Amino acid sequence: MQISAITKTYPGVIANKNISLNIKSGEIHALLGENGAGKSTLVKIIYGLIKPDSGTMHFESKFYAPNQPSAARSHGVTMVFQHFSLFDALSVAENIALGMDKPPRIKNLSNTIESVSEEYGLPIDPRKSVGDLSAGEQQRVEIIRCLIQDPKLLIMDEPTSVLTPNEAKTLFKTLEKLKLKGASILYISHKLEEIRLICDTATILRGGENVGTCDPQLESAKTMAEMMIGRILRVPKKKSSTTSEIALEVRALDRAPETLFGTHLKNLNFTVNKGEILGVGGVSGNGQDELTNVLSGESLSKKNSIKLFGKPIGNLPINNRPLLGMLTAPEERLGHAAVPDMTLIENAFLTGKTGAGLLSSNDFIKWSKTKEFAEGIIDKFDVRTPGPHATARALSGGNLQKFVIGRELIQKPLVLVVNQPTWGVDAAAAAAIRQALLDLATLGAAIIVISQDLDELIEIADRLIAINAGSLSKPRLTKGLSVEDIGLMMAGTGEQWGQEINV
Amino acid sequence: MFKLEKRLQPSQKWSSATPFLAVAGTMVFGGIMFFLLGIDPYTAIRIIFWDPLFNPMYADYARPQILIKAGPLILIAIGLAIGFKANVWNIGAEGQYIIGAIFGAGVGLAFYPNDAWYIFPLMVVAGAFGGFIWAMIPALLKIKFNTNEILVSLMLVYVAEKILVSMSLGLLRNPEGGGFPGSRNLQYYDAAANRELITGTGLHWGVLFASGLICLMYIMLNKHLLGYQIKISGQSQKATRFSGTNPSILVAICFGISGGLAGLAGLFEVSGPSGQISIDFNVGYGFTAIIVAFLGRLNPIGILLAGLLMALTYIGGELAQFILGLPAAAIQAFQGMLLFFLLAGDIFTNYKIKLTKKGGTT
Repeated sequence: MQISAITKTYPGVIANKNISLNIKSGEIHALLGENGAGKSTLVKIIYGLIKPDSGTMHFESKFYAPNQPSAARSHGVTMVFQHFSLFDALSVAENIALGMDKPPRIKNLSNTIESVSEEYGLPIDPRKSVGDLSAGEQQRVEIIRCLIQDPKLLIMDEPTSVLTPNEAKTLFKTLEKLKLKGASILYISHKLEEIRLICDTATILRGGENVGTCDPQLESAKTMAEMMIGRILRVPKKKSSTTSEIALEVRALDRAPETLFGTHLKNLNFTVNKGEILGVGGVSGNGQDELTNVLSGESLSKKNSIKLFGKPIGNLPINNRPLLGMLTAPEERLGHAAVPDMTLIENAFLTGKTGAGLLSSNDFIKWSKTKEFAEGIIDKFDVRTPGPHATARALSGGNLQKFVIGRELIQKPLVLVVNQPTWGVDAAAAAAIRQALLDLATLGAAIIVISQDLDELIEIADRLIAINAGSLSKPRLTKGLSVEDIGLMMAGTGEQWGQEINV
Repeated sequence: MFKLEKRLQPSQKWSSATPFLAVAGTMVFGGIMFFLLGIDPYTAIRIIFWDPLFNPMYADYARPQILIKAGPLILIAIGLAIGFKANVWNIGAEGQYIIGAIFGAGVGLAFYPNDAWYIFPLMVVAGAFGGFIWAMIPALLKIKFNTNEILVSLMLVYVAEKILVSMSLGLLRNPEGGGFPGSRNLQYYDAAANRELITGTGLHWGVLFASGLICLMYIMLNKHLLGYQIKISGQSQKATRFSGTNPSILVAICFGISGGLAGLAGLFEVSGPSGQISIDFNVGYGFTAIIVAFLGRLNPIGILLAGLLMALTYIGGELAQFILGLPAAAIQAFQGMLLFFLLAGDIFTNYKIKLTKKGGTT
C-alpha cells in the first residue's frame, strides 16, 4: 500500500496534511500519534469511510480510491474498529454473516469460522450469542470477521484498549500468524511498549503531519513519545507519602445497578490512608463508573458501607460530601464532569458551590466569587482558554481535563476520587495532571485513581487493586509489580476471566 | 454550494437579531401571501401592525385589547419557558388554564352573593392551585413511571375541555340563566370581578402579575441556584446528577410553576375579560404561549416583547379580517410564519454558512 500526499481538512482543523507512507506486504506497521494527530482520519480514508481532499493511494501497484468500505473490502482491505459493531442478541455466525456481501448458509459459515479460528488460535463457538461473550471474545469475532475474507491489509484501531494483558498476548500471536501468511497489518495504538514488541515499522503523526518513520525495535518508548509530542517529556516523580491513618474505608459495599446495563458492585472492601494513592485498574465497563458514583454520592449506599475518617457517609447525598472534604472527578468530562454549552464560570460552580462556598445562605449564587474561583483554576493549572467566559466545548480535551481535575484539586480535598484522569489527553497534559495528583498526596490527601491505563497506575499509585465484573481483587503494593502481574490480578477477580487465562 | 459549520460558541449577535429578522421575513413573505390573495400587501400589513396602535379610529378599542391578550400569554409563557429550559415539556398549559379558571370561578361562585374583601384573593389562590394540580398529573406520571410528559399533558387538555363543558352545563350553570349554558357573569359580582384597574388601558390584575413575574423570573434564572439547576438539567442529565440536583424534584417544580401560572392566567381571564365559565371559554392561549415562549428565546424580557407582538398580530389580524375580509386562516398562516422564520434563523446562532468551491471535491 502506497499513500501519497493525502490531505483532509475539517472546519477549523487540518486532520491530515500531505501524508505519505508505504506499508510493505507482510509487515506490521504501527501508526502512532496522540489524540487528534490524525490517525483515525487516515485509516478511515484507507477504509473508504472518508474521501480525502487531495492525494492518491495505490494498493498492490494499482490505483486505489475506495468510495465505501465494501469497495475497500473487495480489494482485501479490512478493519477492526475500537468500538465493536456487533448485535448482542445474534449468534457469532449470524453476526459475521451480517458483515458479508454474499453470506453463505449459516451452517457452512460456522464450519469456516471454526477452521479459521483454529488456524489462527482464536477459539470461539460460532453458535454462542454475542451478548454472552467477554470484550476480548467479542473482539475475536470482529477479527475473525475480517480474517474470513482473506485480508491483504488489516487495519486495527487501538485493539488492546479493551483487553487484559493476557488477552493482548493471544492477539499478538494471531497477528504474527497473519503476518507470516503475507498479509500487512496497520496497527494504531498509543501504547508504546506493545508497539516495540510487535511492530516492524512505525509511522508517527503529529498535528496531522507525518513527522517520521522509525524502527520501533531500535527506539525506546521515551524517544517515540517525544517524537509524538514534539518535545522532551518530563515523567512525574513519585515519592510515596503514605501514612498509617485511614482516611476512607469501604466495607461490604454492595450496590445493585440503576440501569439495565450497569454493573453490580459486589462486596467491595478497601481502605485508603492519608497521603496514599490507591490505583484501581481494570478494563472499562467492569464497574468503574458505578464505583465512582457510589463514592461521589451520585448513587447512595448503606450508611456504614463507606466511612470517611470514621464517619459513616454511605447514605450522604452528593452535595454534602464536599463539605467533609471528599471530592470526585468523573470520567466523562463533556456531559458529566462539565456541561458542554456552559461557560467555565458556570462549570466551576458545578462542584465548587458547596466546597468553595459560592452560595449565599439563601441559595443565591455569588457570581463574582465564582468567576475568581474559575480564574484561579485556569491560572494554577495552565488551562489554555480565551478566558473564563469560554464554553466548555470550546476547549481541547486536555485543557478541559486540566480544568475539571483542577476544579477539585484547588478545593484541597482530603479524599479525592478520580476516574480516568488522563483519558484522551495528550502526553504533556497527562504528565501535568499526574504530577498534580502526586503533589496533592504529598500534602496528605488520600486519592483513589481509577484508570484503564496500567502504566499510569504503576507510575503514580502506592497500592493497586483490580476491578472486574463489579468485584475487587486484594490490594497489592505497586512497587515491583509488572503489567503481567496486574493482568493476573484482574483475571483473578472474576470467574469469567479465569477461563480467559487458559487460552 | 454551501455547507453549515457548527460554531464553537453560539453567536450572541445572531441570537438577539433573529427575532427582528423573523418579523421582517414574516412581513415580506406574509405580504406576498396577501398579494396572492388579491389584497394590497402594504395595506394589510399596515392594518395588522400599525392601525391597532396608532390609527385614531381603532386605537382606543385596540390598545387595551393588546394588554388583555398579552397578559395571559406572557403569564403562561413564563412558566412554560422555565420548564422548556430544563427540558421539561409541558404542552398542556391550555388544560391547566381551563382547570385554574374552573377552580377560581368555582370558589368565587360558592360565595355568591357575599361581598367580603377576601373572596378575590381566595379565588387567585384557588386558580393557581387548580392549574398546579392539573399539571401535577403529567409530572407525577413522569416521575413514577417515566411516561412522556408531552403526550400526557397534551391529552389532559382534551379532558379539561370536557370538564369545562360539563361545568358550564351542570355544576356551575347560572341558575338564573334561563337554562342557557354558562356560569353567572363574575363581572356583575363585585367581590369576584377582576376589572380594569385604570379605565381605558386594559390593565387588570393579571397584567400586573405578569409584569412582576418577569422580574422575578429574571432574578431566579440568573442569580439563584434553582435557575442554575434548571439550566443544567436542560443540557446534560449526568451533569445534573453530578451537580447534586434531583431530576424528579426539578420536573415537579417546573410543572408546578408552569401549571400554577397557567391556572392563574385562567382565573384572571374568567374573572375579568371573559367574565364567565362557558363552553367556549378557552381560546388557545395555552398553545399560543408556546410560540411566545420560543419567540422570546425563553428569556423574560424576550417573552414580554414576544407576548405584546403576538397580541398585536391577533388584534391586527382581527382588524384585517373585519376591514379587508382577509380569511382567518391567512392570519394563522401569518403567525405561523413568524415561528418558522424564528426557528430557521436559529440555525445561524449555532452554525455559520461556509461557501465551498463548485466542482471541487465534496
